[in-house]
Amino acid sequence: MSTGIGARVKRKEDKRFTTGKGKYTDDIRNDNQAYAAFVRSTHAHANIKGIDASAALAMDGVIEVLDGHQLTGDGIGNIICGWAVTSKDGSPMNMGAWSALATSKARYVGDAIAVVIAETQAQARIAAEAVVVDYEELPAIAHVMKAMAEDAPNIHENAPGNLIYDWELGDEALADAGLASATHITTLDLTNNRLSPNPMEPRVAIATYDDAEEHYTLHTTSQNPHVARLLLSAFYQVAPENKLRVIAPDVGGGFGAKIYVYPEEITCLWASMRTNRSIKWTSDRSEAFLTDAHGRDHVTTAKMGFDDNHKIVGFKVDTVANLGAYMSLFSSSVPTYLYATLLSGQYNIQNLHCNVRTYYTNTVPVDAYRGAGRPEATYVMERMMETAARELDMDPAELRRINFIQTFPHQTPMLMAYDAGDFPKILEMAQDAADIAGFAARKTEAAGRGKLRGIGYSTFIEACGLAPSQAAGSLGAGVGLWESAEVRVNPVGSIEILTGSHSHGQGHETTFAQIVADRFDIPIESVSIVHGDTDKVQFGMGTYGSRSAPVGMSAVVKAMDKVEAKVKKIAAHTLEAAEEDIVIEGGQVKVAGTDKAMGWHEVGLAAYIAHNLPEGMEPGLKETAFFDPVNFSFPSGAFICEVEVDPDTGVTEIIKFTAADDFGTIINPMIVEGQVHGGVTQGIGQALLEQVVYDDDGQLLTGSYMDYTMPRAADIPFFDVSHHETPSPNNPLGVKGCGEAGAIGSPPAVINAITDAIGNNNLAMPATPQAVWRAIQATKSVAAE
Amino acid sequence: MDMTGEYRIAAARDVVWAALNDAEVLKACIPGCQELEKTSDTEMTALVVLKIGPVKAKFKGAVELVNINAPEGYTIQGEGTGGIAGYAKGSADVALAADGDETVLTFTANANVGGKIAQLGSRLIDSTAKKLANKFFDNFHKHLSNEGPEET
Repeated sequence: MSTGIGARVKRKEDKRFTTGKGKYTDDIRNDNQAYAAFVRSTHAHANIKGIDASAALAMDGVIEVLDGHQLTGDGIGNIICGWAVTSKDGSPMNMGAWSALATSKARYVGDAIAVVIAETQAQARIAAEAVVVDYEELPAIAHVMKAMAEDAPNIHENAPGNLIYDWELGDEALADAGLASATHITTLDLTNNRLSPNPMEPRVAIATYDDAEEHYTLHTTSQNPHVARLLLSAFYQVAPENKLRVIAPDVGGGFGAKIYVYPEEITCLWASMRTNRSIKWTSDRSEAFLTDAHGRDHVTTAKMGFDDNHKIVGFKVDTVANLGAYMSLFSSSVPTYLYATLLSGQYNIQNLHCNVRTYYTNTVPVDAYRGAGRPEATYVMERMMETAARELDMDPAELRRINFIQTFPHQTPMLMAYDAGDFPKILEMAQDAADIAGFAARKTEAAGRGKLRGIGYSTFIEACGLAPSQAAGSLGAGVGLWESAEVRVNPVGSIEILTGSHSHGQGHETTFAQIVADRFDIPIESVSIVHGDTDKVQFGMGTYGSRSAPVGMSAVVKAMDKVEAKVKKIAAHTLEAAEEDIVIEGGQVKVAGTDKAMGWHEVGLAAYIAHNLPEGMEPGLKETAFFDPVNFSFPSGAFICEVEVDPDTGVTEIIKFTAADDFGTIINPMIVEGQVHGGVTQGIGQALLEQVVYDDDGQLLTGSYMDYTMPRAADIPFFDVSHHETPSPNNPLGVKGCGEAGAIGSPPAVINAITDAIGNNNLAMPATPQAVWRAIQATKSVAAE
Repeated sequence: MDMTGEYRIAAARDVVWAALNDAEVLKACIPGCQELEKTSDTEMTALVVLKIGPVKAKFKGAVELVNINAPEGYTIQGEGTGGIAGYAKGSADVALAADGDETVLTFTANANVGGKIAQLGSRLIDSTAKKLANKFFDNFHKHLSNEGPEET
């Protein structure tokens, strides 16, 4: 059975995950280990007038209680946002100071104020309760639309009116002119609900200081250990990079929430040095709700104009985004360069403008969550298309088709140059799979049972494979976004791939091995993947933005190119043939058209024994490459959701969900389907169930699974997933990235289906039974009038 | 949320007013109150056990009487912290109107909670606060109805 590109290879890592042998951060126990518990603000906004730790310090097992003044006194730097976004008036964004432990002011419920170090976790937690913080309560802002009020309290001194930036993209005059020429204008007010990412494994950190070596080791639940080390060294001043090793072992899901370096990791490292103990902190689920960066939280007004031929002639979007109490690492880029840039969707729109204002509120910082900006853009775009089709009394698929981009590359007015795609084709595939022709009969049949049946589309595009470093830099990114790889062929021919990508559920140990097995035609068992350790892997930017395949694997391919060249040189030398006649196949390195051959392992051995290498060749068989893409990749898809709504209860049942995707070349269809299943499930969660709720005082009301509803098996239908491959020309494998598509494309498909079923377009996410029932009643009362 | 209520108490307004200012009476009537000590004429410290949903905690705090307009009414306000459970605070405007030998007590009360108690018990806060407010005035009503005649 093939194990190469395109094969459904079972995941190599699943043996250990399904037999309880995974090694997660919390499984690690160091000698000399003590535990940290954080004292967190119970107020959303309050001055800290004093901290009395005397009772806690006197308790059993307590080693130390440390606060923000000690932390800043030791020179630990503030937490930064790494992407500079400039307001349209040219002013820089207003980044407020964020100390890992708050010093003078707490800005959200959960803001860390002090840390207790004790011999056991229980002792640390009990003592943390005994630390008395003297608060002077301040008025708080929980909702972004209240942050801009004239009498709103000020959260950061350097952000007057709580404004972080007021930014725009596109040409407003052109968009206005386009709308003025339109014969039909559709207007929509939309809220993109605030979400909590909820990876299965909560965040954990173990920091170990070695005073003899003045060296730190941090085990942590990170999606990008090298970026964490860079931040901890260069910005937070914990230790120079050569004195700091960051290890992210098995990590149980990230969804964006584990990209960032949080206050807890910084504090544990510093506290380890302070106490000369190994310090472990394990978040519980309550702390995860309180501190893991949230996602989404946009309020948008959008206007789209059409001409007589139903072509889009103008599109204007005005968005207000909530970034929470502090600017998290990528927070500024999510509602701007990862959002507005995708507002052309799959459509040929020339007159486009988007304005984005972001504000501070007294809530958990908001940052990238699976899809990051692109789900918000897709929701605006695809709710708009469906709504416009209804207003124009058109088939929603036909309105989309009329406006589809047909030729590639396509330059949008929003910076992006789409690489490749076939939008009509994937829409047709989805329509066939969803049996659109039979929908009318199904609707009638459902009506006979008293059910309202509806269907909704979402045809979307996303930008993946973050990103060309130079382009990202010109847009304000503080880092390059390339990836690195090392291909290490051992003397016996087995191969280790060291990659800067990080796997926390994606199955890299399988898919990365597949591309190597495919290239060198060797058994997949001979290939191992090494990642997640700054002492082993040269460098890496990590995994997020569906970048591991388009960027991380491309680096592996570049390194394999170098290995292959050297292998061919060695074989040509040994077999006395020309390099260009050497082929690699069937576990052998052969001279084409002859029976002269060496085993793959013999070449490896020859390279290391080095008794007979071509003149001037270095021994060994190990190559490193860095890959910096020339462009994003642009996966696209067509999703169709079919629902039945019970008009008496408002309960929505998703009957069928059809996903036709173009991910470019597919390495492992089974893993890709799994990514689509998981992404769509999270999107259905956003559409039907999930919502972070704060009360007006900034108290988090959804602090557990009793109040925050995650999708369960019963909420999810069977999926119909199909693929159409138009390879990306921007990387050697032609891959586009598949990790986020499901979460990006699905929410509008679900809401479009429900609003179609109930005949009321005025429905916000999450479409809970109560919300749907109310929308049905509103329709009835309008009908009665 | 604001809660309102009205009680007709079979006692003269002066008697009701005196009881409303009596720390022992308040201690007996505040649900879950384990300690209530006067620190001045208008200030008290309190220890109250509260259970909201899955969170049960001892709240230590202060109770203060303000807007005193004897014998027509006052505002009683309290604020307590329950360690990791968070904090709770509330106030009630109490008005007394004489109606013959009887007194009509009306109140408007509100309650706020923060921290873990809000994160885990938010669905139950409104109903719990309503229940606690009613229980207090119920207790108070019963207290006066039983003891009232003897005191006059």
